[in-house]
Amino acid sequence: MEDGRMRVKCNFSGDQKFLENGRCVSKLESMGFRVGQGLIERFTKDTPRFKDELDVMKFICKDFWTSVFKKQIDNLRTNHQGIYVLQDNKFRLLTHLSAGKQYLEHAPKFLAFTCGLVRGALSNLGVKSIVTAEVSVMPACKFQVMIQKM
Amino acid sequence: MSRQSNRATDSKKMNSELFTLTYGALVTQLCKDYENDEEVNKQLDKMGYNIGVRLIEDFLARSSVGRCHDFRETADVIAKVAFKMYLGITPSVTNWSPAGDEFSLILESNPLVDFVELPDNHSNLVYSSLLCGVLRGALEMVQMAVDVRFAQDTLRGDSVTEIRMKFIKRIEENLPAGDE
Repeated sequence: MEDGRMRVKCNFSGDQKFLENGRCVSKLESMGFRVGQGLIERFTKDTPRFKDELDVMKFICKDFWTSVFKKQIDNLRTNHQGIYVLQDNKFRLLTHLSAGKQYLEHAPKFLAFTCGLVRGALSNLGVKSIVTAEVSVMPACKFQVMIQKM
Repeated sequence: MSRQSNRATDSKKMNSELFTLTYGALVTQLCKDYENDEEVNKQLDKMGYNIGVRLIEDFLARSSVGRCHDFRETADVIAKVAFKMYLGITPSVTNWSPAGDEFSLILESNPLVDFVELPDNHSNLVYSSLLCGVLRGALEMVQMAVDVRFAQDTLRGDSVTEIRMKFIKRIEENLPAGDE
């Protein structure tokens, strides 16, 4: 079973292109994972222990997102059963790409690294997860975090 | 929980650790993909070139530096303005050739290599090759063909990092900004 695979809602024309793209996106996600692990170590060096899972997610949405993207997550929702949706209305890696639906099919390439970043950060905070991203109108996007019970 | 940092302030700057770690992840991935240091060096240089041909526009827009009259002026602008702007360091310009067409940039520190150590099996890897490509690509867009290489590298045991830049020729026609 693979965890942390990047899943996106996009259409690809041609199986070869799909496979190649999928491999690249997957590599980007792994790179993000390693960077996320390293970053969270640096950022939380002097931080007191987190109270609970929600506390961890709030940290990701505020401090972590600010350090990396110079802004906070705009909206955090949860079902209190291990699923969190982080909404960024003006995601920094998409603002230069499009303001709407143009180039939507290219969005996964710009989201994969960040999915890994979040997954890696959570991983080093002792939280195992699957992180995916969804875009319908750029530059807004949603990151979905599914906590895996260890 | 209170944060003592002022990280949110300058939107033009990015977190240096993010930058360093991301570059490291990039090089690591390339090493996995190519399994040959020479090829990785080439790929990094190529990526750097693609960055450079675009970065020059950002640089010119943000620095309000005018046209350089000679290679010496170019060297100064690169060291004192460009490196400062993008990497937060100011290398020194030294070792001019008698003909004035070649010089060295001595970097006391290099943000790309913070926390980095080269493993023994990658002795031919020029870790910061991306920088060579950036400089080459950027200068090509302002009509200068240059050769850029690392003469010394702290990662490979030298005491300083030295980038050697050589002026090849002036580019007469306006080349379209192509990708390699």
